[in-house]
Amino acid sequence: MRARIAHIASNTFREAVRDRVLYNLIAFVLLLSGAAVLVGQISIEIEKLVVINLGLTAVSLFGVVIAIFIGIGLVSKEIEKRTLYTVLSRPVRRWEFIIGKFFGLAGTLVVNTFLMAIGVFGALFYVSHKFVRADALILVALYFIILEFIIICSLSLLFSSFSSPLLSAVFAFSLFVIGSFAEDLRNFAGMAHGMSRWLATGAAYVVPNLSAFNIISSIAHEQPVAGQLVLQNTLYALFYASMALSGAVLIFERRDLK
Amino acid sequence: MKHRKKISLIAGACLVLSLVASSIVLHRTDQLRPQATLDEVLFLNSPKVIKRASLGFDGLVACIYWTRAVQYFGSRFRYAEPNYSLLAPLLEITTQLDPHLVVAYDFGSTFLASKQYGAGEPERAIELVNYGIHNNPDNWRLYYDLGFVYYMELKDYKSAADAFERGSRVPNAHPFVKILAAQMAQHAGEYQTARMLWSATFQTTHDKQIKQSAFEHLRALRVDEDVTHLQDGVTHFGERTGRLPASMAELLAAMGLDRVPVDPDGNPYKLTPEGRVEVRVPDDFAFATKGLPPGYKPPPKAHAQF
Repeated sequence: MRARIAHIASNTFREAVRDRVLYNLIAFVLLLSGAAVLVGQISIEIEKLVVINLGLTAVSLFGVVIAIFIGIGLVSKEIEKRTLYTVLSRPVRRWEFIIGKFFGLAGTLVVNTFLMAIGVFGALFYVSHKFVRADALILVALYFIILEFIIICSLSLLFSSFSSPLLSAVFAFSLFVIGSFAEDLRNFAGMAHGMSRWLATGAAYVVPNLSAFNIISSIAHEQPVAGQLVLQNTLYALFYASMALSGAVLIFERRDLK
Repeated sequence: MKHRKKISLIAGACLVLSLVASSIVLHRTDQLRPQATLDEVLFLNSPKVIKRASLGFDGLVACIYWTRAVQYFGSRFRYAEPNYSLLAPLLEITTQLDPHLVVAYDFGSTFLASKQYGAGEPERAIELVNYGIHNNPDNWRLYYDLGFVYYMELKDYKSAADAFERGSRVPNAHPFVKILAAQMAQHAGEYQTARMLWSATFQTTHDKQIKQSAFEHLRALRVDEDVTHLQDGVTHFGERTGRLPASMAELLAAMGLDRVPVDPDGNPYKLTPEGRVEVRVPDDFAFATKGLPPGYKPPPKAHAQF
């Protein structure tokens, strides 16, 4: 079972690389090096802040776009090309296919993030000429970004398991935006009364709370991150991703592929 | 194969020519509408809306707004534009997006406060710094900025002393803040205190332009002090003799000075027939308030630094 999942995952990774997904790194490097040089000339005393904010924001946004646009095609593309039938005619179960695809996409994003992280630290060294202890906090922010990708990947797969690529992209991107406002949604729920309060509270807990993963601004100001937050975010991402993947497996298992 | 190569060559040439042609047309269009891209407009002026629209990446958006504020101030300052109406909203948006962006309070208050070389809105500068202190109570630099605005722009020495005193109580505050608090209480309004403030700015800033600006202010202060001293000599001479000194030498002799005082560039001060003491090259002292010819206005290049 593990070997089959690993095989599907590695094929997904290879396919993403073949689709030139990692080309986004070129845009990332250009963006970051351009900003590192330019900001020093047009602004005052925020070179390091910009490199951290822009670098981590770019890592996050590029990754989310990859997660959504690759994730939504993972199942539908296989059906369209009819390669899914070849895969499923072998001793591969449908759930193994979904889980393998998920790990393949997550692996692609982890590799992408790792390479981008090298770029961020390189740009940071360029503007600061040295590393300080607080720079290690960037690793925590990157870890949270990866957790965010895991959630988005699982959601993209969930939508991909029953919907067309276009609708899946709309759903996944909408959930990403709503997830960024999750705390506001919870506040609205707190202010509402009766039925609407229950509905809003329910919605606030169903949509992913992505705002908890965004610590870029505080990291840029070298503010420490509580160990409890790291633990809770890790657990939340794992539970949420497993929830979405379970949904994807449930739907895909029942889907008529004829 | 030959045919494909030919097509590729034609397409490549077309691409380059089109790029050059579109650049030329765009350049000419810019010349037709010189103000079109310069007029600043804040399409979104609610910090809350911008914060929501940033999807959680408010740190980056704050950096963008701060850069925009710097560019806005710099462009208006360079061309001596009198209107800085967007400066306060831009700084407000920046600091509400990232309340810990200390640099925005630090320099933003300077841009906003100065009546001579800024927006001339010291009250809004005080509001800005107070918001910064509220969000960063352990940053001594902000109390220093507050005291600076009270001292330099409002001449409110009591409030300035209070701000410096509060700042001196912040852990790890620079020792000069305490000295400033004491100095303010005893010698408020003296050149010595102003020199101390600018020296502190010069020593503590990491920004080259601000350092240069502090250096220019220190030079200007020396000019102001020298001219005041010499001008007092002219007044005393007039009171004693009933006439103006005929030359600088006569003035110096009356004042008991054996050498001609020189400005920070080494040029001797001059005495005009009307009895005014002036610097030889006013353009070299952008921030001087004394020793300048009547009606003198600094050229735009003197505004290049704030």
